[in-house]
Amino acid sequence: MLVAVAVFPGTNCEIDTKYAFEKLGAEVALVFHKEEKLPEGTDLVVLPGGFSYGDYLRSAAIAKFSPIMKAVIEFANNGGKVLGICNGFQMLVEAKLLPGAMKRNESVHFISKFHPLKVVANDNLFLQKCTIGEVLNIPVAHGEGSYYIDEAGLKELYANHQVLLTYCDEKGNVQNPNGSIDAIAGICNKKKNVFGLMPHPERAIEEILGSDDGVKMLQGFIA
Amino acid sequence: MKVIVNIQLKNGVLDPQGKAVHHALSSLKFNEVNEVRIGKQIILDIDESDKVKAEQRVTTMCDELLANTVIEDYTIEFPAC
Repeated sequence: MLVAVAVFPGTNCEIDTKYAFEKLGAEVALVFHKEEKLPEGTDLVVLPGGFSYGDYLRSAAIAKFSPIMKAVIEFANNGGKVLGICNGFQMLVEAKLLPGAMKRNESVHFISKFHPLKVVANDNLFLQKCTIGEVLNIPVAHGEGSYYIDEAGLKELYANHQVLLTYCDEKGNVQNPNGSIDAIAGICNKKKNVFGLMPHPERAIEEILGSDDGVKMLQGFIA
Repeated sequence: MKVIVNIQLKNGVLDPQGKAVHHALSSLKFNEVNEVRIGKQIILDIDESDKVKAEQRVTTMCDELLANTVIEDYTIEFPAC
């Protein structure tokens, strides 16, 4: 299992992501944004969190034109598995690999804390090890994470089980930290090979650091 | 040629920054303010003397990079120099 983790100027979660996937037994290659090709035999591409290109203009607006992103878009369009975390999720919507758009948090504040998430759909690779309704404790850290999609798009997401995770409280009741439509925290594309979420599962893989709920999420890609 | 691009959130898309500023203005007793919307302005200096061509090019720039048309609208202006 080879995981390619893309690194852009301003990315800051690539080492955590590498650590997480290596802990799960995968081989991990860091791939610089100027590369035009993914490593031979890449099974999964991860676009990690951070502030690519300083978040100038809009989060991830510039990253989508990086040489490596051309390869990632081609990989995804050929059915390759792609996971975008936080800034990576923003890249996936900017690159139109996932529908919708990301807005400034409703509170206008940067939010950095553990936040419970509810599993909405598990008929996909990513969350296959989780049960529907299960509450996971995962850190969030973003200023532009308010997910927006129009009504027709939202209907389509639900119809195809593309809404993966929503923000909730510890008991699983809706609790929306950033103003996302329907408190959505993570989605996938129609073909279910491209996944994006604002929270950071790679930061929740050691119990001693607060939670290891990220393990069963990321493990979905390994099995 | 100078071109000014104004970008703002579409009508109906909540603007949390505008809301926060509106709240601040209200607390300063500027009670006549009904709504605040915050956008951004991008000023371009481009090598093109034909206005029509310039507008076409800048429209493409907006669609490809400058604006996210899922949530943002843009206008293109040519200031009198």
